[in-house]
Amino acid sequence: MIEAVYLLAALLLGAAAWRNLRARRWARAAFWGLLTVAFAAGDAIQAAAKAGERLPHQAVGAGVIALALLAAFGMRALPATQTADPGRAASAARLGHRLFMPALLIPALTAALVLLAKIPGATALLGVAREQVTLVALATACLLALIAALRVTGARPAAALAANARLLDTLGWAVVLPALLAALGNVFAATHVGDAIAALTQTAIPVESRLASLVAYALGMLVFTIIMGNAFAAFPVLAAGIALPLLIGRHGADPAALGALGMLSGYCGTLLTPMAANFNIVPAALLELRDPYGVIRAQWPTALGVFLANFLLMWLFALR
Amino acid sequence: MSYWPLLGVGVVVGGFALRLNPMLVVVSAGLTSGLAAGLRLPDLLALLGDSFLSSRAPLLVILTLPIVGLLEEAGLREHGRAWIASLRGMTLGRLLCTYLGLRQLVSMFGLTTLAGHAQTVRPLLAPMSEAAADKTLGSLDAAQRERVRALAAATDNVGLFFGEDVFIAFGAVLLIQGFYARNGIVLDPMAIALWALPTALAAYAVHAWRIRHVERHLRRELAARPEDGGD
Repeated sequence: MIEAVYLLAALLLGAAAWRNLRARRWARAAFWGLLTVAFAAGDAIQAAAKAGERLPHQAVGAGVIALALLAAFGMRALPATQTADPGRAASAARLGHRLFMPALLIPALTAALVLLAKIPGATALLGVAREQVTLVALATACLLALIAALRVTGARPAAALAANARLLDTLGWAVVLPALLAALGNVFAATHVGDAIAALTQTAIPVESRLASLVAYALGMLVFTIIMGNAFAAFPVLAAGIALPLLIGRHGADPAALGALGMLSGYCGTLLTPMAANFNIVPAALLELRDPYGVIRAQWPTALGVFLANFLLMWLFALR
Repeated sequence: MSYWPLLGVGVVVGGFALRLNPMLVVVSAGLTSGLAAGLRLPDLLALLGDSFLSSRAPLLVILTLPIVGLLEEAGLREHGRAWIASLRGMTLGRLLCTYLGLRQLVSMFGLTTLAGHAQTVRPLLAPMSEAAADKTLGSLDAAQRERVRALAAATDNVGLFFGEDVFIAFGAVLLIQGFYARNGIVLDPMAIALWALPTALAAYAVHAWRIRHVERHLRRELAARPEDGGD
Protein backbone atom coordinates (compact mmCIF):
# COMPACT_ATOMS: atom_id res chain seq x y z
CA MET A 1 0.00 0.00 0.00
CA ILE A 2 2.66 2.51 1.04
CA GLU A 3 4.57 1.81 -2.20
CA ALA A 4 1.53 3.06 -4.16
CA VAL A 5 1.49 6.23 -2.03
CA TYR A 6 5.14 6.93 -2.84
CA LEU A 7 4.50 6.24 -6.55
CA LEU A 8 1.68 8.79 -6.45
CA ALA A 9 4.08 11.33 -4.96
CA ALA A 10 6.63 10.43 -7.68
CA LEU A 11 3.98 11.21 -10.30
CA LEU A 12 3.40 14.68 -8.84
CA LEU A 13 7.15 15.36 -8.58
CA GLY A 14 7.66 14.10 -12.15
CA ALA A 15 4.97 16.49 -13.41
CA ALA A 16 6.84 19.40 -11.80
CA ALA A 17 10.13 18.22 -13.38
CA TRP A 18 8.44 18.05 -16.80
CA ARG A 19 6.93 21.54 -16.47
CA ASN A 20 10.33 23.02 -15.66
CA LEU A 21 12.04 21.06 -18.41
CA ARG A 22 9.63 22.57 -20.95
CA ALA A 23 10.21 26.05 -19.50
CA ARG A 24 14.01 25.44 -19.84
CA ARG A 25 14.57 25.91 -16.10
CA TRP A 26 17.24 23.21 -16.00
CA ALA A 27 18.22 23.40 -12.31
CA ARG A 28 14.61 23.14 -11.14
CA ALA A 29 13.94 20.30 -13.58
CA ALA A 30 17.00 18.41 -12.27
CA PHE A 31 15.94 19.06 -8.65
CA TRP A 32 12.42 17.64 -9.07
CA GLY A 33 13.77 14.90 -11.38
CA LEU A 34 16.19 13.63 -8.72
CA LEU A 35 13.37 13.54 -6.18
CA THR A 36 11.10 11.72 -8.65
CA VAL A 37 13.73 8.96 -8.91
CA ALA A 38 14.15 8.80 -5.12
CA PHE A 39 10.40 8.37 -4.66
CA ALA A 40 9.76 5.99 -7.58
CA ALA A 41 12.79 3.75 -6.89
CA GLY A 42 13.00 4.27 -3.11
CA ASP A 43 11.56 0.95 -2.07
CA ALA A 44 13.62 -0.99 -4.65
CA ILE A 45 16.75 0.76 -3.31
CA GLN A 46 15.87 -0.08 0.31
CA ALA A 47 15.33 -3.72 -0.71
CA ALA A 48 18.67 -3.81 -2.56
CA ALA A 49 20.40 -2.37 0.52
CA LYS A 50 18.88 -5.10 2.68
CA ALA A 51 20.37 -7.65 0.28
CA GLY A 52 23.80 -6.15 0.95
CA GLU A 53 24.08 -3.91 -2.14
CA ARG A 54 25.59 -0.59 -0.99
CA LEU A 55 25.95 1.26 -4.27
CA PRO A 56 22.26 2.39 -4.54
CA HIS A 57 22.38 3.97 -1.06
CA GLN A 58 25.64 5.72 -1.92
CA ALA A 59 24.07 7.00 -5.13
CA VAL A 60 21.15 8.45 -3.13
CA GLY A 61 23.67 10.03 -0.75
CA ALA A 62 25.41 11.68 -3.70
CA GLY A 63 21.96 12.72 -5.00
CA VAL A 64 21.22 14.41 -1.66
CA ILE A 65 24.42 16.45 -1.99
CA ALA A 66 23.40 17.35 -5.55
CA LEU A 67 19.96 18.50 -4.27
CA ALA A 68 21.65 20.81 -1.76
CA LEU A 69 23.96 22.29 -4.42
CA LEU A 70 21.04 22.81 -6.84
CA ALA A 71 18.98 24.45 -4.07
CA ALA A 72 21.81 26.77 -3.04
CA PHE A 73 23.19 27.79 -6.42
CA GLY A 74 20.75 26.80 -9.19
CA MET A 75 17.22 27.79 -8.17
CA ARG A 76 16.28 31.42 -8.52
CA ALA A 77 13.04 32.61 -6.89
CA LEU A 78 9.94 32.60 -9.09
CA PRO A 79 7.43 35.47 -9.19
CA ALA A 80 4.72 35.39 -6.49
CA THR A 81 1.43 33.65 -7.26
CA GLN A 82 -0.69 35.68 -4.84
CA THR A 83 -1.87 38.27 -7.34
CA ALA A 84 -5.39 39.51 -7.94
CA ASP A 85 -7.31 38.03 -10.88
CA PRO A 86 -10.86 39.09 -11.84
CA GLY A 87 -11.57 35.61 -13.29
CA ARG A 88 -10.90 34.01 -9.92
CA ALA A 89 -13.12 36.50 -8.11
CA ALA A 90 -16.00 35.74 -10.50
CA SER A 91 -15.48 32.00 -10.08
CA ALA A 92 -15.40 32.50 -6.28
CA ALA A 93 -18.71 34.35 -6.35
CA ARG A 94 -20.28 31.65 -8.55
CA LEU A 95 -19.09 28.61 -6.56
CA GLY A 96 -19.36 30.11 -3.05
CA HIS A 97 -19.22 27.77 -0.07
CA ARG A 98 -18.93 24.74 -2.37
CA LEU A 99 -15.22 25.67 -2.68
CA PHE A 100 -14.69 24.90 1.02
CA MET A 101 -15.97 21.32 0.69
CA PRO A 102 -12.98 19.57 -1.00
CA ALA A 103 -10.51 21.52 1.16
CA LEU A 104 -12.25 20.37 4.33
CA LEU A 105 -12.61 16.82 2.96
CA ILE A 106 -8.82 16.24 3.19
CA PRO A 107 -8.54 16.58 6.98
CA ALA A 108 -12.01 15.17 7.72
CA LEU A 109 -11.50 12.02 5.63
CA THR A 110 -7.95 11.52 6.93
CA ALA A 111 -9.20 11.67 10.51
CA ALA A 112 -12.15 9.38 9.73
CA LEU A 113 -9.93 6.79 8.00
CA VAL A 114 -7.40 6.82 10.85
CA LEU A 115 -10.26 6.17 13.29
CA LEU A 116 -11.66 3.39 11.05
CA ALA A 117 -8.26 1.72 10.99
CA LYS A 118 -8.55 1.29 14.77
CA ILE A 119 -11.22 -1.41 14.17
CA PRO A 120 -9.46 -4.72 14.91
CA GLY A 121 -8.41 -6.51 11.76
CA ALA A 122 -9.07 -3.59 9.40
CA THR A 123 -5.42 -2.85 8.65
CA ALA A 124 -4.48 -6.51 8.23
CA LEU A 125 -7.31 -6.96 5.73
CA LEU A 126 -5.97 -4.15 3.51
CA GLY A 127 -2.31 -5.04 4.04
CA VAL A 128 -1.37 -1.72 5.67
CA ALA A 129 1.30 -1.70 8.38
CA ARG A 130 0.19 0.03 11.61
CA GLU A 131 2.83 2.76 11.47
CA GLN A 132 1.79 3.64 7.91
CA VAL A 133 -1.93 4.10 8.63
CA THR A 134 -1.78 7.91 8.77
CA LEU A 135 0.10 8.19 5.47
CA VAL A 136 -2.19 5.79 3.61
CA ALA A 137 -5.22 7.56 5.10
CA LEU A 138 -3.84 10.94 3.97
CA ALA A 139 -3.22 9.66 0.43
CA THR A 140 -6.69 8.11 0.17
CA ALA A 141 -8.30 11.28 1.51
CA CYS A 142 -6.35 13.36 -1.03
CA LEU A 143 -7.48 11.17 -3.94
CA LEU A 144 -11.15 11.43 -2.90
CA ALA A 145 -10.83 15.17 -2.26
CA LEU A 146 -9.20 15.57 -5.68
CA ILE A 147 -12.23 13.93 -7.34
CA ALA A 148 -14.48 16.29 -5.36
CA ALA A 149 -12.36 19.29 -6.35
CA LEU A 150 -12.47 18.33 -10.05
CA ARG A 151 -16.28 18.02 -9.85
CA VAL A 152 -16.79 21.30 -7.97
CA THR A 153 -14.50 23.36 -10.20
CA GLY A 154 -15.27 21.51 -13.44
CA ALA A 155 -11.53 21.47 -14.24
CA ARG A 156 -9.77 18.73 -16.23
CA PRO A 157 -7.36 16.34 -14.43
CA ALA A 158 -4.44 17.86 -16.38
CA ALA A 159 -5.24 21.19 -14.72
CA ALA A 160 -4.74 19.51 -11.32
CA LEU A 161 -1.23 18.39 -12.32
CA ALA A 162 -0.42 21.90 -13.58
CA ALA A 163 -1.71 23.49 -10.35
CA ASN A 164 0.39 21.01 -8.37
CA ALA A 165 3.55 21.82 -10.37
CA ARG A 166 2.97 25.55 -9.83
CA LEU A 167 2.65 25.12 -6.06
CA LEU A 168 5.68 22.81 -5.89
CA ASP A 169 7.73 25.50 -7.61
CA THR A 170 6.42 28.03 -5.07
CA LEU A 171 7.53 25.79 -2.22
CA GLY A 172 10.85 24.96 -3.85
CA TRP A 173 13.56 23.30 -1.75
CA ALA A 174 11.68 24.01 1.51
CA VAL A 175 9.55 20.92 0.87
CA VAL A 176 12.65 18.66 0.96
CA LEU A 177 14.30 20.22 4.01
CA PRO A 178 12.39 18.19 6.66
CA ALA A 179 13.62 14.89 5.15
CA LEU A 180 17.15 16.25 4.97
CA LEU A 181 17.02 17.34 8.62
CA ALA A 182 15.86 13.88 9.64
CA ALA A 183 18.86 12.50 7.76
CA LEU A 184 21.14 14.92 9.64
CA GLY A 185 19.59 13.71 12.91
CA ASN A 186 20.64 10.16 11.96
CA VAL A 187 24.19 11.27 11.17
CA PHE A 188 24.40 13.14 14.51
CA ALA A 189 23.14 10.02 16.31
CA ALA A 190 25.62 7.77 14.49
CA THR A 191 28.51 10.08 15.39
CA HIS A 192 27.42 10.46 19.07
CA VAL A 193 26.94 14.24 18.96
CA GLY A 194 24.22 14.00 21.63
CA ASP A 195 26.47 12.13 24.07
CA ALA A 196 29.21 14.73 23.63
CA ILE A 197 26.78 17.59 24.39
CA ALA A 198 25.40 15.75 27.45
CA ALA A 199 28.92 15.17 28.77
CA LEU A 200 29.76 18.86 28.33
CA THR A 201 26.53 19.95 30.08
CA GLN A 202 27.14 17.70 33.08
CA THR A 203 30.58 19.13 33.72
CA ALA A 204 29.06 22.64 33.85
CA ILE A 205 26.27 22.16 36.44
CA PRO A 206 26.64 22.69 40.20
CA VAL A 207 24.85 19.43 41.13
CA GLU A 208 24.08 20.42 44.74
CA SER A 209 21.71 23.21 43.73
CA ARG A 210 18.12 22.19 42.96
CA LEU A 211 17.43 25.38 41.06
CA ALA A 212 20.64 25.19 39.00
CA SER A 213 19.90 21.57 38.05
CA LEU A 214 16.35 22.47 37.01
CA VAL A 215 17.55 25.46 34.99
CA ALA A 216 20.13 23.24 33.27
CA TYR A 217 17.44 20.66 32.43
CA ALA A 218 14.94 23.21 31.03
CA LEU A 219 17.52 25.28 29.16
CA GLY A 220 19.20 22.10 27.95
CA MET A 221 15.90 20.89 26.46
CA LEU A 222 15.38 24.30 24.82
CA VAL A 223 18.88 24.64 23.35
CA PHE A 224 19.25 21.01 22.33
CA THR A 225 15.87 21.15 20.56
CA ILE A 226 16.94 24.33 18.77
CA ILE A 227 20.07 22.51 17.54
CA MET A 228 18.37 19.23 16.60
CA GLY A 229 15.05 20.73 15.47
CA ASN A 230 13.14 18.13 17.44
CA ALA A 231 12.28 17.76 21.14
CA PHE A 232 12.06 13.97 20.74
CA ALA A 233 15.79 13.83 20.01
CA ALA A 234 16.59 16.08 22.97
CA PHE A 235 14.55 14.30 25.65
CA PRO A 236 16.47 11.01 26.02
CA VAL A 237 19.79 12.91 26.19
CA LEU A 238 18.68 15.43 28.84
CA ALA A 239 16.58 12.95 30.80
CA ALA A 240 19.45 10.48 31.08
CA GLY A 241 22.02 13.22 31.67
CA ILE A 242 20.25 15.51 34.16
CA ALA A 243 16.67 14.49 35.04
CA LEU A 244 17.32 10.91 36.25
CA PRO A 245 20.61 11.23 38.13
CA LEU A 246 20.22 14.75 39.53
CA LEU A 247 16.60 15.91 39.72
CA ILE A 248 14.91 12.58 40.44
CA GLY A 249 17.77 10.65 42.03
CA ARG A 250 19.32 13.37 44.20
CA HIS A 251 16.57 15.98 44.64
CA GLY A 252 13.47 13.73 44.63
CA ALA A 253 11.55 15.37 41.78
CA ASP A 254 8.26 13.94 40.47
CA PRO A 255 9.13 11.93 37.31
CA ALA A 256 5.74 12.31 35.55
CA ALA A 257 5.62 16.11 35.89
CA LEU A 258 9.33 16.47 35.15
CA GLY A 259 9.07 14.39 31.97
CA ALA A 260 5.97 16.09 30.58
CA LEU A 261 7.06 19.65 31.42
CA GLY A 262 10.61 19.01 30.25
CA MET A 263 9.32 17.85 26.89
CA LEU A 264 7.24 21.05 26.69
CA SER A 265 10.37 23.16 27.32
CA GLY A 266 11.70 21.46 24.20
CA TYR A 267 8.54 22.36 22.28
CA CYS A 268 9.25 26.04 22.97
CA GLY A 269 12.60 25.44 21.26
CA THR A 270 10.84 23.94 18.25
CA LEU A 271 9.04 27.27 17.78
CA LEU A 272 12.42 29.06 17.64
CA THR A 273 14.49 27.04 15.18
CA PRO A 274 14.83 26.86 11.40
CA MET A 275 15.87 23.24 11.98
CA ALA A 276 12.16 22.43 12.59
CA ALA A 277 11.63 23.11 8.92
CA ASN A 278 8.16 21.70 8.40
CA PHE A 279 6.75 23.98 11.10
CA ASN A 280 8.84 27.11 10.53
CA ILE A 281 10.41 27.18 7.03
CA VAL A 282 7.87 25.30 4.88
CA PRO A 283 4.96 27.58 5.94
CA ALA A 284 7.07 30.68 5.20
CA ALA A 285 7.46 29.32 1.65
CA LEU A 286 3.80 28.26 1.46
CA LEU A 287 2.62 31.72 2.50
CA GLU A 288 5.13 33.35 0.14
CA LEU A 289 6.81 35.40 2.85
CA ARG A 290 9.91 37.27 1.67
CA ASP A 291 11.59 36.55 5.01
CA PRO A 292 12.20 32.77 5.37
CA TYR A 293 12.35 33.32 9.15
CA GLY A 294 9.07 35.31 9.21
CA VAL A 295 7.15 32.58 11.05
CA ILE A 296 9.86 32.30 13.73
CA ARG A 297 9.80 36.10 14.07
CA ALA A 298 6.02 35.90 14.67
CA GLN A 299 6.28 33.22 17.34
CA TRP A 300 9.43 33.86 19.39
CA PRO A 301 7.74 36.05 22.03
CA THR A 302 5.09 33.35 22.52
CA ALA A 303 7.81 30.69 22.81
CA LEU A 304 9.70 32.64 25.49
CA GLY A 305 6.51 33.43 27.42
CA VAL A 306 5.39 29.80 27.44
CA PHE A 307 8.91 28.66 28.36
CA LEU A 308 8.90 30.89 31.46
CA ALA A 309 5.38 29.81 32.48
CA ASN A 310 6.37 26.20 31.96
CA PHE A 311 9.53 26.64 34.04
CA LEU A 312 7.48 28.12 36.87
CA LEU A 313 5.13 25.11 36.76
CA MET A 314 8.13 22.78 36.92
CA TRP A 315 9.60 24.66 39.87
CA LEU A 316 6.26 24.61 41.71
CA PHE A 317 5.05 21.07 40.98
CA ALA A 318 7.89 18.84 39.80
CA LEU A 319 10.32 19.84 42.56
CA ARG A 320 7.98 19.78 45.52
CA MET B 1 34.72 10.52 24.23
CA SER B 2 35.51 12.43 21.03
CA TYR B 3 34.27 16.00 20.84
CA TRP B 4 35.21 16.48 17.17
CA PRO B 5 31.72 15.54 15.80
CA LEU B 6 30.43 18.70 17.58
CA LEU B 7 31.95 20.61 14.65
CA GLY B 8 28.77 19.67 12.75
CA VAL B 9 26.68 21.56 15.33
CA GLY B 10 28.99 24.54 14.79
CA VAL B 11 28.36 24.35 11.05
CA VAL B 12 24.59 24.39 11.68
CA VAL B 13 24.73 27.40 14.01
CA GLY B 14 27.21 29.31 11.85
CA GLY B 15 25.45 28.49 8.59
CA PHE B 16 22.04 29.66 9.80
CA ALA B 17 23.58 32.75 11.40
CA LEU B 18 25.22 33.65 8.08
CA ARG B 19 21.85 33.00 6.36
CA LEU B 20 23.31 30.49 3.93
CA ASN B 21 20.88 28.23 2.12
CA PRO B 22 19.49 25.80 4.76
CA MET B 23 19.80 22.77 2.43
CA LEU B 24 23.50 23.51 1.99
CA VAL B 25 23.99 24.11 5.73
CA VAL B 26 22.35 20.82 6.69
CA VAL B 27 24.26 18.69 4.18
CA SER B 28 27.58 20.36 5.09
CA ALA B 29 26.88 19.77 8.80
CA GLY B 30 26.20 16.08 8.17
CA LEU B 31 29.40 15.69 6.14
CA THR B 32 31.43 17.60 8.76
CA SER B 33 30.19 15.51 11.71
CA GLY B 34 30.61 12.28 9.76
CA LEU B 35 34.16 13.01 8.61
CA ALA B 36 35.12 14.39 12.05
CA ALA B 37 33.95 11.12 13.61
CA GLY B 38 36.27 9.26 11.27
CA LEU B 39 33.62 7.78 8.94
CA ARG B 40 34.93 6.95 5.45
CA LEU B 41 33.27 8.82 2.57
CA PRO B 42 31.59 5.72 1.03
CA ASP B 43 30.09 4.82 4.43
CA LEU B 44 29.01 8.39 5.00
CA LEU B 45 27.29 8.59 1.60
CA ALA B 46 25.45 5.32 2.29
CA LEU B 47 24.37 6.60 5.75
CA LEU B 48 23.12 9.84 4.20
CA GLY B 49 21.23 8.02 1.43
CA ASP B 50 19.69 5.47 3.79
CA SER B 51 18.57 8.17 6.26
CA PHE B 52 17.08 10.31 3.50
CA LEU B 53 15.08 7.42 2.04
CA SER B 54 13.75 6.37 5.45
CA SER B 55 12.65 9.95 6.14
CA ARG B 56 10.61 10.54 2.97
CA ALA B 57 7.28 10.58 4.83
CA PRO B 58 7.10 14.34 5.64
CA LEU B 59 7.34 15.05 1.89
CA LEU B 60 3.97 13.38 1.36
CA VAL B 61 2.34 16.70 2.27
CA ILE B 62 2.70 17.38 -1.48
CA LEU B 63 -0.26 15.03 -2.09
CA THR B 64 -2.53 17.88 -0.93
CA LEU B 65 -1.10 20.34 -3.46
CA PRO B 66 -3.19 19.39 -6.55
CA ILE B 67 -6.41 19.92 -4.58
CA VAL B 68 -5.29 23.14 -2.91
CA GLY B 69 -3.97 24.43 -6.26
CA LEU B 70 -7.18 23.65 -8.17
CA LEU B 71 -9.37 25.27 -5.52
CA GLU B 72 -7.14 28.33 -5.38
CA GLU B 73 -7.41 28.77 -9.14
CA ALA B 74 -11.18 28.54 -8.78
CA GLY B 75 -11.12 31.34 -6.19
CA LEU B 76 -10.99 29.56 -2.80
CA ARG B 77 -8.96 32.32 -1.15
CA GLU B 78 -11.10 35.08 -2.67
CA HIS B 79 -14.22 33.38 -1.36
CA GLY B 80 -12.73 32.90 2.11
CA ARG B 81 -11.87 36.60 2.19
CA ALA B 82 -15.33 37.69 1.04
CA TRP B 83 -17.03 35.40 3.54
CA ILE B 84 -15.00 36.65 6.52
CA ALA B 85 -15.58 40.26 5.41
CA SER B 86 -19.33 39.64 5.39
CA LEU B 87 -19.39 38.30 8.98
CA ARG B 88 -20.35 41.00 11.45
CA GLY B 89 -18.16 41.36 14.53
CA MET B 90 -15.31 39.26 13.05
CA THR B 91 -11.90 40.70 13.89
CA LEU B 92 -8.36 39.40 13.37
CA GLY B 93 -8.06 38.70 17.09
CA ARG B 94 -11.34 36.81 17.36
CA LEU B 95 -10.60 34.72 14.25
CA LEU B 96 -7.10 33.66 15.35
CA CYS B 97 -8.01 33.13 19.03
CA THR B 98 -10.93 30.90 17.99
CA TYR B 99 -8.66 28.94 15.65
CA LEU B 100 -6.01 28.60 18.37
CA GLY B 101 -8.50 27.19 20.89
CA LEU B 102 -10.07 24.80 18.38
CA ARG B 103 -6.69 23.57 17.14
CA GLN B 104 -5.60 22.86 20.73
CA LEU B 105 -8.84 21.06 21.62
CA VAL B 106 -8.89 18.92 18.49
CA SER B 107 -5.20 18.01 18.90
CA MET B 108 -5.88 16.93 22.49
CA PHE B 109 -8.06 14.18 21.04
CA GLY B 110 -5.28 13.08 18.71
CA LEU B 111 -6.78 14.56 15.53
CA THR B 112 -3.60 16.44 14.62
CA THR B 113 -4.01 16.00 10.85
CA LEU B 114 -7.32 17.89 10.94
CA ALA B 115 -5.40 21.07 10.12
CA GLY B 116 -1.97 22.10 8.92
CA HIS B 117 -0.01 24.64 6.92
CA ALA B 118 -0.79 23.11 3.52
CA GLN B 119 -4.34 21.92 4.31
CA THR B 120 -5.80 24.86 6.23
CA VAL B 121 -3.38 27.76 6.77
CA ARG B 122 -2.46 28.66 3.17
CA PRO B 123 -5.88 28.13 1.55
CA LEU B 124 -8.13 29.26 4.42
CA LEU B 125 -6.73 30.77 7.61
CA ALA B 126 -4.15 33.13 6.06
CA PRO B 127 -6.48 34.82 3.53
CA MET B 128 -9.26 34.99 6.13
CA SER B 129 -6.87 36.65 8.60
CA GLU B 130 -5.89 39.21 5.96
CA ALA B 131 -9.57 39.90 5.21
CA ALA B 132 -10.43 40.29 8.90
CA ALA B 133 -7.50 42.69 9.35
CA ASP B 134 -8.41 44.65 6.21
CA LYS B 135 -11.99 45.00 7.40
CA THR B 136 -11.44 46.12 10.97
CA LEU B 137 -8.03 47.79 10.87
CA GLY B 138 -7.89 49.38 7.43
CA SER B 139 -6.12 48.29 4.27
CA LEU B 140 -2.72 46.74 5.05
CA ASP B 141 0.50 47.27 3.10
CA ALA B 142 2.59 44.36 1.79
CA ALA B 143 4.84 44.07 4.87
CA GLN B 144 1.87 44.16 7.26
CA ARG B 145 0.11 41.52 5.17
CA GLU B 146 3.14 39.24 5.53
CA ARG B 147 3.12 39.78 9.29
CA VAL B 148 -0.53 38.76 9.48
CA ARG B 149 0.10 35.64 7.38
CA ALA B 150 3.12 34.69 9.53
CA LEU B 151 0.99 35.16 12.67
CA ALA B 152 -1.62 32.78 11.20
CA ALA B 153 1.09 30.12 10.65
CA ALA B 154 2.47 30.71 14.16
CA THR B 155 -1.03 30.28 15.61
CA ASP B 156 -1.35 26.88 13.92
CA ASN B 157 2.02 25.77 15.36
CA VAL B 158 1.24 26.92 18.91
CA GLY B 159 -2.21 25.27 18.79
CA LEU B 160 -0.75 21.99 17.54
CA PHE B 161 2.27 21.79 19.88
CA PHE B 162 0.45 22.69 23.08
CA GLY B 163 -2.53 20.46 22.36
CA GLU B 164 -1.11 17.22 21.03
CA ASP B 165 0.88 16.21 24.09
CA VAL B 166 -2.24 16.14 26.27
CA PHE B 167 -3.27 13.16 24.10
CA ILE B 168 -2.23 9.94 25.87
CA ALA B 169 -1.40 7.96 22.70
CA PHE B 170 0.80 10.76 21.35
CA GLY B 171 4.42 9.93 20.58
CA ALA B 172 5.89 12.32 23.15
CA VAL B 173 3.90 10.79 26.02
CA LEU B 174 4.84 7.26 24.96
CA LEU B 175 8.47 8.31 24.54
CA ILE B 176 8.58 9.65 28.11
CA GLN B 177 6.81 6.58 29.49
CA GLY B 178 9.11 4.21 27.58
CA PHE B 179 12.23 6.06 28.73
CA TYR B 180 11.23 5.84 32.40
CA ALA B 181 10.14 2.19 32.04
CA ARG B 182 13.61 1.26 30.73
CA ASN B 183 15.04 2.96 33.82
CA GLY B 184 12.81 1.17 36.31
CA ILE B 185 10.14 3.87 36.86
CA VAL B 186 6.69 2.62 35.83
CA LEU B 187 4.17 5.37 35.03
CA ASP B 188 0.65 5.51 33.60
CA PRO B 189 0.55 7.50 30.28
CA MET B 190 -2.42 9.45 31.65
CA ALA B 191 -0.31 10.67 34.61
CA ILE B 192 2.20 12.14 32.13
CA ALA B 193 -0.32 13.55 29.65
CA LEU B 194 -2.28 15.43 32.35
CA TRP B 195 0.86 17.38 33.30
CA ALA B 196 0.77 18.97 29.84
CA LEU B 197 -2.62 20.57 30.59
CA PRO B 198 -1.48 23.57 32.71
CA THR B 199 1.10 24.52 30.07
CA ALA B 200 -1.57 24.16 27.35
CA LEU B 201 -3.69 26.72 29.20
CA ALA B 202 -0.67 29.00 29.67
CA ALA B 203 0.15 28.71 25.96
CA TYR B 204 -3.40 29.75 25.05
CA ALA B 205 -3.21 32.75 27.38
CA VAL B 206 0.23 33.87 26.17
CA HIS B 207 -0.48 33.48 22.46
CA ALA B 208 -3.98 34.99 22.66
CA TRP B 209 -2.43 38.01 24.37
CA ARG B 210 0.21 38.15 21.61
CA ILE B 211 -2.46 38.04 18.88
CA ARG B 212 -4.27 40.97 20.53
CA HIS B 213 -0.95 42.76 20.88
CA VAL B 214 -0.17 42.43 17.15
CA GLU B 215 -3.71 43.58 16.36
CA ARG B 216 -3.33 46.69 18.56
CA HIS B 217 0.07 47.37 17.05
CA LEU B 218 -1.27 47.18 13.48
CA ARG B 219 -4.19 49.44 14.41
CA ARG B 220 -1.82 52.10 15.75
CA GLU B 221 0.42 51.83 12.66
CA LEU B 222 -2.53 52.20 10.30
CA ALA B 223 -4.02 55.08 12.28
CA ALA B 224 -0.70 56.95 12.05
CA ARG B 225 -0.55 56.51 8.27
CA PRO B 226 -1.79 59.51 6.25
CA GLU B 227 -5.14 58.86 4.52
CA ASP B 228 -3.94 59.52 0.96
CA GLY B 229 -1.04 57.08 1.41
CA GLY B 230 -3.44 54.11 1.35
CA ASP B 231 -3.35 51.60 -1.49
